[in-house]
Amino acid sequence: MYNLIGAGLIVIGGGIGLGQIGGKAMEGIARQPEAAGKIQTAMIIIGALLEGLAFGALILGK
Amino acid sequence: MSNKITSFLSILALLIFSNVAFASSTGENEQIDGGAVDTQEEINAYIRHHLQDAHDFTLFTLGESGKHIGFPLPVILWDDGLHVFMSSKFHHGAAVAESNGNYYKLYHGKIYKTNAEGEISYDEDRHPTNARPLDLSITKNVVGMLFAGALLLFGFASLAKNYKNKPIPKGFGRVLEPLVIYVRDEIARPNIGPKADRYMPYLLTAFFYIWLLNLLGLTPLGFNVTGNIAVTVCLALFTFFIVQFSGNKDYWKHIFWMPGVPVPMKILLMPIELLGVFTKPFALLIRLFANITAGHFVVMSLIALTITMKAVFGPIAATGMSFALALFITVIEILVAFLQAYIFTMLSALFIGMAVEEHDHH
Repeated sequence: MYNLIGAGLIVIGGGIGLGQIGGKAMEGIARQPEAAGKIQTAMIIIGALLEGLAFGALILGK
Repeated sequence: MSNKITSFLSILALLIFSNVAFASSTGENEQIDGGAVDTQEEINAYIRHHLQDAHDFTLFTLGESGKHIGFPLPVILWDDGLHVFMSSKFHHGAAVAESNGNYYKLYHGKIYKTNAEGEISYDEDRHPTNARPLDLSITKNVVGMLFAGALLLFGFASLAKNYKNKPIPKGFGRVLEPLVIYVRDEIARPNIGPKADRYMPYLLTAFFYIWLLNLLGLTPLGFNVTGNIAVTVCLALFTFFIVQFSGNKDYWKHIFWMPGVPVPMKILLMPIELLGVFTKPFALLIRLFANITAGHFVVMSLIALTITMKAVFGPIAATGMSFALALFITVIEILVAFLQAYIFTMLSALFIGMAVEEHDHH
């Protein structure tokens, strides 16, 4: 029961983080479309780091 | 030439989609021991069984008779001497296998040493207490890895042979060349710098191996290799050792005695940086494992909607809904298969880049 609540909290946190990363990257690309490639790469790396964190917590909590 | 490529891609697509279609149509009748899968618990058990490694290669099970269609794999055990026999001796856990005077039984995918009657004793938590021999079997996952390795060897050997005669590869190599260049120009060189080409063999191997195994996991063959934590641990260990062995003086200095900060800070940062050395590959292995496991779990759960929603929507609507959703997720999983291979290679390159970077000292 408690680990399900924990999983929900992890997903909320991860969702907020991913939303921030994606949203800011979107803004950045809109401002500077010529830098889209670089921004995309950086976005994917940070997204992957966040994902690793969230998945690590999910697996440890299981 | 392009005909061959098109036919290859269509076969791949067919394999991937037939997984969904096939599993949707036969999902009702599949179970570990044969017979129909009806309840939530049985579906859960079935999915867990799929996510695990297996000692035999079961393609599907006939519902009426509970007969398994597939082929056995060799079992190799080290138990005071080598024991080699085919896994068909276990009869999927129903029979005791005898090998040179020792008796073995398959219980929940693991091999236990038993007496001639095949008795297994349990502790209070229903865990078997029997001794386990050292299991070096060619399991389903090992077959998957060997298959992927053979495919890569075949593909890249022909690509390399092509370059001996002319600068432009033909046939399947024409698909591989842009991918190799992509890994070099987009992943290795921007992240590692001038020494990138030294690490290209490892990065290319990791990229294509993970990608191919991820894609194989989406075919109806039922591999779940990159969703097996032992495989991802090994892959992350490779990255870990390559990073440590290619680390230069600056890399170690930044870990143990961070330049440019006061001495109390240096002491404080040392354990944190040292922990970071281990958490980086740990995150790498957890990410790949969790993504692929979660992907397989979601696809199979959506296929199971055929059964769970049958009472509510009727068989046709339930099958249609499950087919549409499973197809949608499978297409996303094809993207994830590439993305996870890309991320693994990219982060490996990034960590190697951090280790070999030359710092300017002011």
